[in-house]
Amino acid sequence: MSKVTKTLFDPLFNNNPIALQILGICSALAVTTQLQAALVMCAAVIVVMVVSSLSVSLIREHMPSSIRIIIQMTIIASMVVITDQVLQAYVYDVAKDMRVYIGLIITNCIIMGRTEGYAMQNGPVMSAIDGFGNALGYSIVLLFVGFFRELFGSGTLLGYTVMPLTRDGGWYASNGMALLSPSAFFLIGFFIWAIRVWKPEQVEEEN
Amino acid sequence: MDNNSVQKTVLVALVLCIVCSVFISSAAVLLRPRQEFNAALDVKKNLLLASGLLDNPRATAEEIEEAYKQVEEYIISFETGEVAEHINPEELNERRMANSPDTRVRIPSELDKGSIRSRAPYGRVYLTRDENGDVDLIILPVHGQGLWSTMYAFLALDASDTKTVRGIGFYEHGETPGLGGEVDNPRWQAQWEGKKVFDDEFRPVFEVLKGQVDSTSANAVHQVDGLAGATITAYGAGGMVQYWTSHHAYGKYLENFRHTKNMDTSDYYYEDHSSEEVSL
Repeated sequence: MSKVTKTLFDPLFNNNPIALQILGICSALAVTTQLQAALVMCAAVIVVMVVSSLSVSLIREHMPSSIRIIIQMTIIASMVVITDQVLQAYVYDVAKDMRVYIGLIITNCIIMGRTEGYAMQNGPVMSAIDGFGNALGYSIVLLFVGFFRELFGSGTLLGYTVMPLTRDGGWYASNGMALLSPSAFFLIGFFIWAIRVWKPEQVEEEN
Repeated sequence: MDNNSVQKTVLVALVLCIVCSVFISSAAVLLRPRQEFNAALDVKKNLLLASGLLDNPRATAEEIEEAYKQVEEYIISFETGEVAEHINPEELNERRMANSPDTRVRIPSELDKGSIRSRAPYGRVYLTRDENGDVDLIILPVHGQGLWSTMYAFLALDASDTKTVRGIGFYEHGETPGLGGEVDNPRWQAQWEGKKVFDDEFRPVFEVLKGQVDSTSANAVHQVDGLAGATITAYGAGGMVQYWTSHHAYGKYLENFRHTKNMDTSDYYYEDHSSEEVSL
């Protein structure tokens, strides 16, 4: 049981794919100006990652090593296309705005990192759990960044006004930088800092 | 069989491709009716929202269909500005016509304010009527290039002068959420209302600025504030309105409309570009 718990929860803070491995930060910049977009992105990544890890693990013993990367890529890409189709069919309004980024999940290095690094050596159940855990770790950072960017950039959360903007007669002068990509770098930086204060063992040794 | 043998490699690749294509095609085929329904409903919803016939962006499918019943759809020829009755609206595919070498009409670069290069020879016009049966709104589908994508929108004009904006609504674009994606922001769109797309001589002069409109300027009535952090998207939005209201696009139709309404059309602006309308 403890192995399951460890596989599931380690990627949240102990071995977070974004904060410690510094993978997948590109999408953390792109879809985090609005919390709702970040939520949909997280859901999509969770699904793609769990199914991809599971599928790769299922066929790992039949995988010719010369084409294993392209096989993983094909599985991930197929899952992304299917996820995109489902989003288009069921949550059209949100999916419409983020179609470009859903497609870009294919290039999210965390997913292929997990299929190549974990699912190739482990059983299907553990691989699915590992995929889920890592997707959750990714989601935590995305939601953290999305929360602050939407709050400080637009004064809203999930579209509901929290701090009325001065341009609408409120009191909050919006922080334009929060809407631009660099702010995500700062927020991820703060996130990493906070984790490393809490867990000093993550700090790299100085040369 | 050895995993790394040539036969096994080819076999695995083949089986994987077949399995993946079956999954993808089934998803695409099974979900297509729902997606098309969503897309068509979304277009109707945006048309209604843009023209103020619907207030609630979360309206149900039934509410949208009900409100849409008051909208009349026509196909017009851009060249003559007349209604093209021989074309079935269901069969017209403007996007395909705008891209196909046989049908597309090239837009001369000095007129191409929306950076779309070519358009279909026909376009749609939607009309709504007031209680006396007179045309109240003229709703034009317009599109133009933003930063990442072509942005599609509905522009509702007041039929009494064919130049006062009554609403704008974007129904398809791929601009950055939170930056260019703010073209969907209702507060920004509210600024468009009451602006004039033509000057007194019916020249298309509408603009979206970088930064704020100077309300003391004589042109303020033709201008809308830019979007912070999205200058190119904002210019695109202004440029597309300028192009689609010009004589190369809906300008002639609007002019005919004013004539039939006996509106004052003295010394309207007119430039003949028909010689340049060559298909490529």
